[in-house]
Amino acid sequence: MSVTTRTGPPEATKMSAHEVTVRYGDARAIRGVSMAIRDRRVTSLIGPSGCGKTTFLRSLNRLNDGVDGARLEGRILLDGQDIYAPGIDPVAVRRRVGMVFQRANPFPRSVFENVAFGLRIAGERDAQRIARRVEESLRAAALWDEVKDRLDESALALSGGQQQRLCIARAVAVKPEVLLMDEPASAVDPIATAKIEELIRELRSDYTIVIVTHNMHQAARVSDYTAFFNLGELIEFDETERLFTRPSVPRTEDYITGRFG
Amino acid sequence: MSADREPQRRSHAAPPRGLGFRTPRSHRLVEFVIAVVAVGALAALLAIVVFVAREALPLLWEPGSLADLVVPRRWAGYDGPALAWQPVGAEPKLNVVPLLVGTLKVTVLTMLVSAPLGVACAIYVAKLAPRGLREWLKPAIEVLAAVPSVVLGFFALVAIADVVEATLGLTYRLNGLVAALGLSLAVVPVVFTISEDALSSVPRSLEEAALALGARRWQVVLRVIVPAALPGLASAVLLGLGRAAGETMIVLMASGNAAVVRLLDPTSSVRTVTATIAGELGEVAQGDRHWRVLFLLGLLLLALTWGLQRLGALVISRLRRRWSAENA
Repeated sequence: MSVTTRTGPPEATKMSAHEVTVRYGDARAIRGVSMAIRDRRVTSLIGPSGCGKTTFLRSLNRLNDGVDGARLEGRILLDGQDIYAPGIDPVAVRRRVGMVFQRANPFPRSVFENVAFGLRIAGERDAQRIARRVEESLRAAALWDEVKDRLDESALALSGGQQQRLCIARAVAVKPEVLLMDEPASAVDPIATAKIEELIRELRSDYTIVIVTHNMHQAARVSDYTAFFNLGELIEFDETERLFTRPSVPRTEDYITGRFG
Repeated sequence: MSADREPQRRSHAAPPRGLGFRTPRSHRLVEFVIAVVAVGALAALLAIVVFVAREALPLLWEPGSLADLVVPRRWAGYDGPALAWQPVGAEPKLNVVPLLVGTLKVTVLTMLVSAPLGVACAIYVAKLAPRGLREWLKPAIEVLAAVPSVVLGFFALVAIADVVEATLGLTYRLNGLVAALGLSLAVVPVVFTISEDALSSVPRSLEEAALALGARRWQVVLRVIVPAALPGLASAVLLGLGRAAGETMIVLMASGNAAVVRLLDPTSSVRTVTATIAGELGEVAQGDRHWRVLFLLGLLLLALTWGLQRLGALVISRLRRRWSAENA
């Protein structure tokens, strides 16, 4: 577990997709998606249900590998290296590209063990180092003050919003470079949503974040770049401010002004 | 069901005049039939317990020492006190301890084989095997559960006994180990089926959480799925244990049936409680002391399997509560 070294200036491209097409069996989920994800910026993926934004997100850390019948064409680069090239270990990719899911999915264990899980499976044995990293991660997820006295309690006893921040802490604990978030605030109440959004803005200085959201206001609030997906295709990708104020594609304008979706 | 009925009742809160509140007759009839069937099942169970107990209880007041049933005694022609089950002869020896030892020994041996094997198969089939292989393996193992136990007993008697005899160089061909291996053929599918269910019902979201943290396949299985399914796996083993203790035909055919009291020697012949009842009840005079002791054995067996069942149910309910806590 060495300290992650960051390369290039902040505006550098961290990940990029080149003509990415994903099929589940015969059904095509996304087609010919090409876009760049900037280093230490927040990129949000928006679009109506079933538009392929989650599929695209999950292909960024090869999580679709485990789905029966899923196939990917095209290339996805992480720091210039094709993560789907033969001989690439998907586990190594996932250690660098972490993920937070739509529904909080803490393990049925203690708060502490949830955050320590990633470190333990990576072979970390030093109890002090683990304890230190757990605290750091919980602080980074703005959860430390709420759980510091109940680290040994079951994670399932936390509230929904706390569970989701615990999942963020768990993802951050292994120090990934990229953090993928699949509608992280869709299953929690507005106050918890506000906390998670604030957290995303804070994490932005250390992590490259890609967030899927169905909430356009959320995309506008938290992200630097926004990609609009529809029917499996990337319709428009731009700086968030420009995409929301001066979209160049009529389809995008229709969506963000609420004419469909 | 009551949740379904609640809103319906509310919608009938103010019925038009002349429309009664009575449930239609046809519905009442259906509910009555269901109740009769349910009560019938319970009554049958109760009747079994009462019948078995009625035959066993006179042991308490009829002539003959109760202590002789459990305590070693120096029988005529014996060098010292012994636990013996020799119900036929000038002096019937009806000590149940050798039979309990036999059942305990066969059951423990069976579970030592079946529990790890059944759970390991389930882990492989549920979580590690490629999809195509899983679709073959699962029904294949489950079909084993449908093989009549007399066929398994025959197989143990002929095939397993040969292999064990040749491998270990034994004097007595039929023994506890052979019976336990034969019994495992019946118990592994039970453990497998329930374990496989428990493992498959661990939410996929937990698996993905672990994968996204950089866990390897085996780490996901051993550190996330198995711990989460542990209560289910425990109840699988308990149900297998119940099957092992209650199974009759396989042990009757393959165990050698001599009531030898050697708890720690797996290769001595054993006589189990079930095989004794099956083998002797048809040839004993009704109302005889021997007859009564066989029913006492039946009662013990009933209590044992019932206890295991309760334990299993307890474990399952704990499993359910654990997952519902997550969904809350």
